[in-house]
Amino acid sequence: MRLALTVNGRVRMAETAPARRLADVLREELGLTGTKIGCNAGDCGACTVLLDGAQICACLVSAAQADGRSVVTVEGLAETGALGALQSAFLRHGAAQCGICTPGMLMAASDLLAREPHPGEKAVLDALSGVLCRCTGYRKIVAAVLDVADADGAPAPAVGTAVGARVPKIDGAAKLTGSERFAADAAPADALFLRAVRSPYARARFTLGSFAALHARYPGLARVLTAADIPGSNRFGIYPTGKDQPALAEGEVRFRGEAVLALVGDAATVEAIADEALPVAWEELPPVTGIAAALAPGAPALHAEKPDNLLVTGRLVRGDVEAAIAGAAAVVQGAYRTTFVEHAYIEPEAGYARRIGDRIEIFACTQTPYMDRDELALILGIRPDQVRILPSAVGGGFGGKLDLSLQPLIAVAAWLLRRPVRCVYTRPESMASTTKRHPASIRARIAADAEGRLLAVDFHADFNTGAYASWGPTVASRVPVHASGPYIVPNVRAIARAIYTNETPAGAFRGFGVPQTAVATETLLDELAEKLGIDALELRLNNALRPGLATATGQVLGASVGLVPCLKALKPRWRSARAEAARLNRGDGVVRHGVGFAAMWYGIGNTSISNPSTMRIGLDREGALTLYSGAVDIGQGANTILMQICADALGAPLAGLRLVAGDTDRTADAGKSSASRQTFISGAAVTRAAADLRRQILALAGLGEPAEIRFGGNPVTVRQGGDLRWVDLAALPASNETGDVLAGSGTFDPPTTPLDEDGQGAPYASYAFAAQLAEVAVDLGLGTVKVRRVTAAHDVGRAINPTQVEGQIHGGVAQGLGMALMEEYVPARTENLHDYLIPTIGDVPEIECLLVEAADPLGPYGAKGIGEPALVPTAPAILNAIYHATGVRLRQLPATPDRVRTALLAAGKGECHG
Amino acid sequence: MGLYLRPTDLAEALAALAESPMTVLAGGTDFYPARVGRALDDDILDITALASLSGIADAGDHFRIGATTRWSDIIAAELPNWFDGLKLAAREVGGVQIQNAGTIAGNLCNASPAADGVPPLLALDAAVELASRGGKRVLPLASFITGNHRTARAPQELLTAVLVPKPRCKARAGFAKLGARKYLVISIVVAAAVLEVAEGRIAAARIAVGACSPVAQRLRDLEGTLRGRRCAPGLGRTVEAVHLAGLAPIDDIRGTAVYRSDAARTLIARLLDDLAGAAA
Ligand SMILES: Cc1cc2nc3c(=O)[nH]c(=O)nc-3n(C[C@H](O)[C@H](O)[C@H](O)COP(=O)(O)OP(=O)(O)OC[C@H]3O[C@@H](n4cnc5c(N)ncnc54)[C@H](O)[C@@H]3O)c2cc1C
Ligand code: FES
Ligand code: FES
Repeated sequence: MRLALTVNGRVRMAETAPARRLADVLREELGLTGTKIGCNAGDCGACTVLLDGAQICACLVSAAQADGRSVVTVEGLAETGALGALQSAFLRHGAAQCGICTPGMLMAASDLLAREPHPGEKAVLDALSGVLCRCTGYRKIVAAVLDVADADGAPAPAVGTAVGARVPKIDGAAKLTGSERFAADAAPADALFLRAVRSPYARARFTLGSFAALHARYPGLARVLTAADIPGSNRFGIYPTGKDQPALAEGEVRFRGEAVLALVGDAATVEAIADEALPVAWEELPPVTGIAAALAPGAPALHAEKPDNLLVTGRLVRGDVEAAIAGAAAVVQGAYRTTFVEHAYIEPEAGYARRIGDRIEIFACTQTPYMDRDELALILGIRPDQVRILPSAVGGGFGGKLDLSLQPLIAVAAWLLRRPVRCVYTRPESMASTTKRHPASIRARIAADAEGRLLAVDFHADFNTGAYASWGPTVASRVPVHASGPYIVPNVRAIARAIYTNETPAGAFRGFGVPQTAVATETLLDELAEKLGIDALELRLNNALRPGLATATGQVLGASVGLVPCLKALKPRWRSARAEAARLNRGDGVVRHGVGFAAMWYGIGNTSISNPSTMRIGLDREGALTLYSGAVDIGQGANTILMQICADALGAPLAGLRLVAGDTDRTADAGKSSASRQTFISGAAVTRAAADLRRQILALAGLGEPAEIRFGGNPVTVRQGGDLRWVDLAALPASNETGDVLAGSGTFDPPTTPLDEDGQGAPYASYAFAAQLAEVAVDLGLGTVKVRRVTAAHDVGRAINPTQVEGQIHGGVAQGLGMALMEEYVPARTENLHDYLIPTIGDVPEIECLLVEAADPLGPYGAKGIGEPALVPTAPAILNAIYHATGVRLRQLPATPDRVRTALLAAGKGECHG
Repeated sequence: MGLYLRPTDLAEALAALAESPMTVLAGGTDFYPARVGRALDDDILDITALASLSGIADAGDHFRIGATTRWSDIIAAELPNWFDGLKLAAREVGGVQIQNAGTIAGNLCNASPAADGVPPLLALDAAVELASRGGKRVLPLASFITGNHRTARAPQELLTAVLVPKPRCKARAGFAKLGARKYLVISIVVAAAVLEVAEGRIAAARIAVGACSPVAQRLRDLEGTLRGRRCAPGLGRTVEAVHLAGLAPIDDIRGTAVYRSDAARTLIARLLDDLAGAAA
């Protein structure tokens, strides 16, 4: 049909099928990619637009229904070029992290503000309730909508004061106007489409028939890819020894959702071909489901080289645990179970590949461009320098975009067909085929003497790593180090095993097994405190790691150990919250209040493995500075943080700095955006690059440090005391590639040592510390838990950008809350965002952030990391709060209403029906 | 690609349906989610341009709610307080975007066991009007929904309106939904009640529970027990496990069967206490 609609005030025409989703019409026909698609099912609200002034999901409206009506998209909010008041408020408050939900949030808020210019918080929550955000924890979004009227933001920081300032995101404006290019937002016009065909079975053998009939019937089908088409190695994986995952399965599938074929052709054709119509003959086999089944005698082996399904075991032994437990005054123990958790970033995987001569270019969402480059080279059988990775803006990652997803498929297709090929995962496809948080089965014992001094931790965790290795080895190596918590424990035995099953591969997810570990150990510590009659916070305080003390790996910590200040910062709230809970519980109401508490530590960067970052800073003829950063900003704010560090390390104004990010042809390897490492490691690399550039300028000026270098044009002026000199940049030769005349380079690799067979050594150069307090209300009759408030104290070394640090804490707390109370991924059952529940805007409470800055001498301006630490203590704090409220311990996550109610009844605490 | 009709005239729509079976499309909030990653190849009859199907009207002894009346229309409408349960339900169907698109008839025709619109309409003793080229018929809602995603609608019929009789006495109505998160949640249990009260006593009680059986159910035993009782605080204690014996909840990811029965009892008890405490 010929469609005519008024979009952002202008009449637009499009030729389209009448049943086509409005979201597709806007994006594909009208080029308005500011409207995002996260699910196509009404669940995420990323596609929210105004239709005749009212917010609707553009993925649920047919083109015909929109015909003749008025549509406002995010592109319509800043048509004059300047951000509107609402957008400015979002920028000021840091309400957009990755930005993929932001257009939807803005449109929902616009709808509200048009009807109600001065809404209260409840109205904001109701109006925005249909848009999910996985990054921000919503609080800054709510604050922004409540603060629209307020004046402009703070002025740009003066030279030398960028670090520590609440600088708005440097890429924030693009995220607020819809101009940011996420993975599904750009593709060459002539790109073919690729759709992967996936296994409906968890374990099966299959044979492929001939595709001749298919090609005859569908002329739009350009190629069907099978494993036989992979030019190089059909095995990928994170570790050189763990490359066990095929890009396309070879006669056997090991999990539901594994790709067996890829259809490449025009969009309509690949969509129209039904899976059932393909010549795939399946032989379903009984799957290995769960850890116990995988370890049972006679269980089928997932991989021939691992006959017992044991991928890897991590181990730490210090002292004599058995003897210490035998002699202890108090011992507590418990067994815990957690489930698969889905990253649920709002942006499903997408991207395109194109072949240019003997090189391949891949534009896709990723957290790790350089690893992608090297892996794709192996898969294509070409050299790494023949692969160029152009990371798109990433609509949330949280670890889930560290592994390859669609890149091998589009790369192989584009390589073979010599045509650009694009692919966009559907939400169910993304959920079924990409990695998850490892389900854990944990047994632990903790012992103390009568004074509450910790004597021993005995810890055994089995992690379900799913069908392929992925990051299983990382979990197995990281968990034992963290198993005894941020405490002095003389005797520790910690084992972590990663076990193969026929389930979704478990990979990296914010914390690499440490959040699951903390669920066990931090709730056990609460039990221990109760048993000994010691206040739970005092118990932690008495045992806290401090500067100069040794960890369970025998590493003596340096200066940056901020646990004690974190605990002290929480004390006042700990007291007042418990008093308040006692007051609220005075009646015999059906809602009981409780306060819980948990602490954590987290090693920044890879565990005992080199993980360098290299940063470059260029200066061109006109005196313009560019930071070339290979660190991917996945919403966590690396772009802004690194630019702030760069500005101050150079002594240059932040406003003039340019950024080139991610492109593997133009930046150096900064390593992955994972393990909370980019601020600490890449930030330190930036300071070194800045020092290098300054050195070169000073040499040209014939001066040395300390000196004041004035950037901002040509020439650069250098002043030392009364001595003032000029460096004429125009006189210097420029690099062909960058146009820069000078380039500073800096590399930082955090100093670590390997762990011996008892897990002894210095696995990390820096540790973050934190403690959080959760206040909950439990409905005894229904088993529902409402988190009313979270207070989070975090030692971040130095808050380079306090707004962003708070944003990370809010987002981490929200994910921890989800893990504690509602998130449970079950293959085939919760492959969408209405059966898989993540917290909505109404579920995340007020979060108070208390920032502690125990500067790390190695970190840039003392900074460490915050990405993962933010999530680790939340779930155990909530579980401890539930116990405090009800006297019931939940040892299986998530603590859904039915599990809580069942536990209450079993404990004889829930006999009410009212 | 299939056919796509969007008539403005009901007779035209019914004629098209009589010709060949077509998929009816209203707000699309159940239609599109069922087709993620699939080609949109249905023959579609879009009923959203049929003006005669939308809006709420007082028709003397009953209210007539047009099929394509959206949840946000119901929220905004000025209605007597015995519609409060339906209004509360409307506010809990998805988020605002869903309420701005989703229709009352779509909710009934989709016939999800957890549909939030069904218990309040059962408690209102609602009926549905079905039209085809051959004429109209009216069915009680309870006999319209016949199973999990099954209804008594014939392929050539459209659901044209929901008919809600006016209560004989002063009435009050409530609604309660239980989910594992605050917004955008499929109900674990959903319940609704209407109490007609005369001289402080319950003249008629209608109570319905959803998500605890393939089709939401009225609790007739409980209704009988309540009739004649004083409408006063403590009413919730009337609810006993036997009153829920007719339900057939299932175990699923959202909760166990045992939990569902238990939670349904609690929800209903609280609902009754709230209604007993409220002014008529
Ligand atoms: C994110 C999200 C959240 C949701 N939350 C809830 C919730 O909390 N509670 C809840 O109950 N529902 C919920 N729903 C489901 C849905 O929104 C409702 O059921 C809605 O009322 C359906 O109406 P519709 O007009 O959109 O139906 P459509 O999708 O247009 O149609 C639904 C079905 O009914 C048929 N149909 C529609 N109208 C007629 C008619 N007049 N005659 C004959 N057949 C007809 C269609 O053919 C189709 O089979 C949610 C949906 C989404 C996407
Ligand atoms: S894409 Fe429309 S709601 Fe998710
Ligand atoms: S900022 Fe909301 S999803 Fe990333």
